[in-house]
Amino acid sequence: MTEIQMKNLRHSYYPNPKTEDDYALKSVDLTWEEGLAYALLGPSGSGKTTMLNILSGLLTASEGQVLFDGRDVTRLDARDRNIAQVFQFPVIYETMTVGENLAFPLKTRKVPAAQIKDRVGFIAEELGLTALLGRKARGLSAEQKQRISLGRGLVREDVAAILLDEPLTVIDPAEKMALRRTLKSVQLHLGVKLIYVTHDQHEAMTLADRVVVMDDGEVVQVGSPEELFENPAHKFVGYFIGTPGMNFVDCALDGSDLVVGNARFALNGAVQTLAGTSKPLSFGIRPDFLSLSEARPGRTIPGTVTRVENHGDEQIIAVDVGGAQMLARVEDHVRARAGENVHLNPDPQAMRVFAGQRVVDLPRNTFGDLT
Amino acid sequence: MSEINNRAWFLVLPVLVIVAFNAIIPMMTMVNYSVQDIFGPDNRYFVGLEWYKELLGDVELRNALRRQVTFSSLVLLIQVPLGILIALTLPQKGKSVAFCLIILGLPLLMPWNVVGVMWQIFARADIGLGGAAIAALGIDFNYSRDVLDAWFTIVVMDVWHWTSLIVLLAYSGLRAIDPAFYRAAQIDGASRWQVFRFVELPKLAGVLTIGIMLRLMDSLMIYSELVVLTGGGPGSSTSFLSQTLVKKAIGQFDLGPAASFSIIYFMIIVTLCFVFFRSITRAQEGE
Repeated sequence: MTEIQMKNLRHSYYPNPKTEDDYALKSVDLTWEEGLAYALLGPSGSGKTTMLNILSGLLTASEGQVLFDGRDVTRLDARDRNIAQVFQFPVIYETMTVGENLAFPLKTRKVPAAQIKDRVGFIAEELGLTALLGRKARGLSAEQKQRISLGRGLVREDVAAILLDEPLTVIDPAEKMALRRTLKSVQLHLGVKLIYVTHDQHEAMTLADRVVVMDDGEVVQVGSPEELFENPAHKFVGYFIGTPGMNFVDCALDGSDLVVGNARFALNGAVQTLAGTSKPLSFGIRPDFLSLSEARPGRTIPGTVTRVENHGDEQIIAVDVGGAQMLARVEDHVRARAGENVHLNPDPQAMRVFAGQRVVDLPRNTFGDLT
Repeated sequence: MSEINNRAWFLVLPVLVIVAFNAIIPMMTMVNYSVQDIFGPDNRYFVGLEWYKELLGDVELRNALRRQVTFSSLVLLIQVPLGILIALTLPQKGKSVAFCLIILGLPLLMPWNVVGVMWQIFARADIGLGGAAIAALGIDFNYSRDVLDAWFTIVVMDVWHWTSLIVLLAYSGLRAIDPAFYRAAQIDGASRWQVFRFVELPKLAGVLTIGIMLRLMDSLMIYSELVVLTGGGPGSSTSFLSQTLVKKAIGQFDLGPAASFSIIYFMIIVTLCFVFFRSITRAQEGE
């Protein structure tokens, strides 16, 4: 069990980075706590893999430090760190049996044979590989091979973290669930820290205790799946998490009111906070917290329905609110047709205001706590 | 079966004709000659398997076969490991890659008898660079007189001519390995040798099988270089199957024995290659 800290970490693939854009990782300060499962979530090119390779020691960061329990390992080679990694494509030693594969990382570290045997047996049991121990690894399915790669990390008792780089990419959909369950149970039983890179928010949300959201080389938010859903700190988190993503509509201050489309909301004393920023303001709300109601001035946003998508038990309604579109997720019995004029009723607790990309920290009762 | 279906057999006809002309008919001519004693076009006698019986007891053929097997094993044992070693040390990217590959590819482009002429001169102790260099070390080097010197020269020549083939094949095989395999091995704490043994070698198995088979077949057929370089000598110490065959067929005009020799030679190559191929592929499956 190790706590991993990243301090002022920056990385560039260029030898002499000049502008901020030359950096694949731009200033990361992050602590990976003991025994938790983390998901590293972000679109392609956001720096996830760079971060992972710096953690595992396959890459040395250009600037900053990586600390394992306070010990500086920044310049340590992958061989000398107690980190294991599972790659996107299953990596196994084809000429070895499953058992030999699992034993290999211990053999190279000169662990006594009896101890290797016990540990391999234990891990094989944990991963459901016991029946395959004597089989050649070559002929197995991608899912089984991926279990072997995971096992090669788990056999090392001193392993501080297992990094998984989109490990489910090449696995059959039918087998994905089983492997995901195994990952979860391994994490619970062995208390190993898993760091799981993915661009699939569902995978991140189901597997992780903490989600680290990355965009454009920066960590934009770290939090539990619920936190990210309810309180996105950054517009990107709003977009990226939740299906469909958060609604964002330009808004402006007018006296003590916030103008959103054709609606006005009274700001209960938060005008000062908002007036202080020079960045463009936008109003954000998740489709899940919008409902349809009668017109209630100061409470609802008027608009015209442009599209209705029926998803079976629920529907997504697109509403034009004067130049911008908002999506609402409503139950299937709500009647709405394209062209109809409606009023969107946002949950006051779920209304957020963003200045530029970042959320503005407003008191909880800013928009009133009544419904 | 309907008539229309049967007509499809005509589509196979061109292939049958081609195969007949390029393999079966010449081969059958050989078989025909090999069972006769021929003095002239109108003066020949059927002798059955007599030539075969005689040849199988022939010391010259047996010695040639023994030398052939020694030579082929020797060059394979040198070229395969050396080729892999060179492939491993070649640069992986950059401009030097193309340069190295061209330099390595050059010997492969040279015609066999040109190689023979080159080495015939190169290895001469009086005017050849290589031979003179050895002589300068105080060694009495003469490939046309000394059996060991002759063997040394032909083995070095063959290594020079053909190692590049293994290098190129192994290099392409190495480039096809996903970097993740190296990273995983690094994380698992594998040594350089273990990376080679458990990552690189298994991935090279396919191309190496092809490389070894090509080299084996070619080395069993070696002829022109030796005719130019040693002429099979000194004595017949570097006479392999090809030279011995030509000596019989052209030199002595013994068409019957030469034909049966050819067929035996052919069977030897086919058998050796087949056995070798099977043992390689079986070893791989068994791994």
